[in-house]
Amino acid sequence: MDGALNSFLLLSNFVLVPGMAYGSQLAIGALGVTLVYGILRFSNFAHGDTMAFGTMAVILVTWLLQAWGVSISPLPTALLALPFGILATIVLLLLTDRWVYRFFRREKAAPVVFLIASVGVMFVMNGVVRFIIGPNDQRFADGERFIIKAREFKRLTGMNEGVAFKTSQGLTIVTAVIVVAALFWFLNRTRAGKSMRAYSDNEDLALLSGINPERVVMITWILAAALATIAGTLYGLDKSFKPFTYFQLLLPIFASAIVGGLGNPLGAIAGGFIIAFSEVTVTYAYKKFLAYNLPPDWAPDSLMQLLSTDYKFAVSFVILVLVLLIRPTGIFRGKAI
Amino acid sequence: MIEVKDLHMHFGGIHAVDGVSLSFEGGRITGLIGPNGAGKTTLFNVIAGLHQPTSGQVLLDGADITGLKPHELFAKGMLRTFQIAQEFSTLTVRENLMMVPANQSGERLLDTWIRPAQVAREEEQVRAKADEVIEFLEISQVADELAGNLSGGQKKLLELGRTMMVDAKIVFLDEVGAGVNRTLLNTLGDAILRLQKERGYTFCMIEHDMDFISRLCDPVIVMAEGAVLTQGSIDEVKANELVIEAYLGTGLKNKPEAVS
Repeated sequence: MDGALNSFLLLSNFVLVPGMAYGSQLAIGALGVTLVYGILRFSNFAHGDTMAFGTMAVILVTWLLQAWGVSISPLPTALLALPFGILATIVLLLLTDRWVYRFFRREKAAPVVFLIASVGVMFVMNGVVRFIIGPNDQRFADGERFIIKAREFKRLTGMNEGVAFKTSQGLTIVTAVIVVAALFWFLNRTRAGKSMRAYSDNEDLALLSGINPERVVMITWILAAALATIAGTLYGLDKSFKPFTYFQLLLPIFASAIVGGLGNPLGAIAGGFIIAFSEVTVTYAYKKFLAYNLPPDWAPDSLMQLLSTDYKFAVSFVILVLVLLIRPTGIFRGKAI
Repeated sequence: MIEVKDLHMHFGGIHAVDGVSLSFEGGRITGLIGPNGAGKTTLFNVIAGLHQPTSGQVLLDGADITGLKPHELFAKGMLRTFQIAQEFSTLTVRENLMMVPANQSGERLLDTWIRPAQVAREEEQVRAKADEVIEFLEISQVADELAGNLSGGQKKLLELGRTMMVDAKIVFLDEVGAGVNRTLLNTLGDAILRLQKERGYTFCMIEHDMDFISRLCDPVIVMAEGAVLTQGSIDEVKANELVIEAYLGTGLKNKPEAVS
């Protein structure tokens, strides 16, 4: 009994809690991708670097606030900086739209042209971020690091295994719930949200009904900027900020959006958790877990890790390819690519 | 009223509309008939702003509206419905109707923050209007149904409802009766007649169903091969030799009751 409970705690500590946090981060990132796809009808490859830009803005403001001695301890100062980061990202995306995408919209360019343009935008944003903050790792999490530490947990419960719960993980999950609730409220209850859905559903009729496409596009970019900045900041708080990591995040984020069904917000959330848990469970070393559940002399010597963490992106890639082969519209029947 | 002056619409070597001049009188239901390929739908598309005409002019109450975009015409109270009904399938019927009025303040993000009272008031007005339209069209039983789940005929009613949301002046109906069963067709016909009589709508419709045309349309314009053949009341048109030849077929000469 103790073995089972301990092994459950072990999994909670190394799989469940990190998976929930990572899943929430991917879900918020994928929501941004899926919204842009639903409205503008192209896969925005610059989303990962938009996240990097937003996080960078948050970090810069955080440093400024820290220098001024502003703090909301035990919560990280970055939360206070978040609205400013979002604003900066909104400005960036609206300018990008004006300088790049609007031209192609007027030309009525094919989706693949937008996609290629977004790759270009990605490289530019990538360069801008590295130029401003440098390519190195930045840690900007301050305040209390843990809600509960593993050692404390052991002391309180008297178990062998402790479950650590980081502030950043708690924040991520709470923020994800709030963001998702707010987004769905916006899409389903407000006029602006409904006009977005209408535009996504039937563009011709929306135009005929006098829905202003430029306004719908603008709202979409504003939402995408907010989602990207929030997702990026949460990821950065949880791990650390490095521009290249954010570029790499593009793959699991796209996998999440596509697995759930591109253009479908619910699918993006489900996809985020599917990808996150696949990644975490496949790269987790099961040695200790098996030791708890097997007779003592059966306990394995090796790490019992299916895949080294170096290859974690391969997991999303495999899932992505499988979904595209078997069910291109995704679980929630989004739009086929 | 709409005036079309010497309109040409060429697609490469094909003269789909070849010098059409006609007018749709205000407050009347004008029928546009003709054999397939006569250029009816092309004429509609040009008037409704989907195509830029090769040459010619379209006037609305004397003002030049040639080549204006569909949403610009919409703002002038000119709407068209489609041969295949269009709807926002993931919104309810009521939401579909409420989507119609342009420039609602709730569509601007800023206004929802700084002027919530005005947004709520407008929303309330639009909702009241939608409820009135739903009642007029007698579709209250499906008001909260997703529009994508409606039958073909109900979708046509919804199309008509959409025109009512903005009190359109001129409505172009493209084969509104196509694929609609008799009962619903009568409901549709009733609604169109009431809109014309009670609210002074101008309709202009492409239609193949002769009963439907006889019941609603006066006058009727006949097109063939990209040009206007003749126009007049349905009886005059039916008696016209040219029309019988071009459109109704020679076999009908002997049994005119087939079309009445």
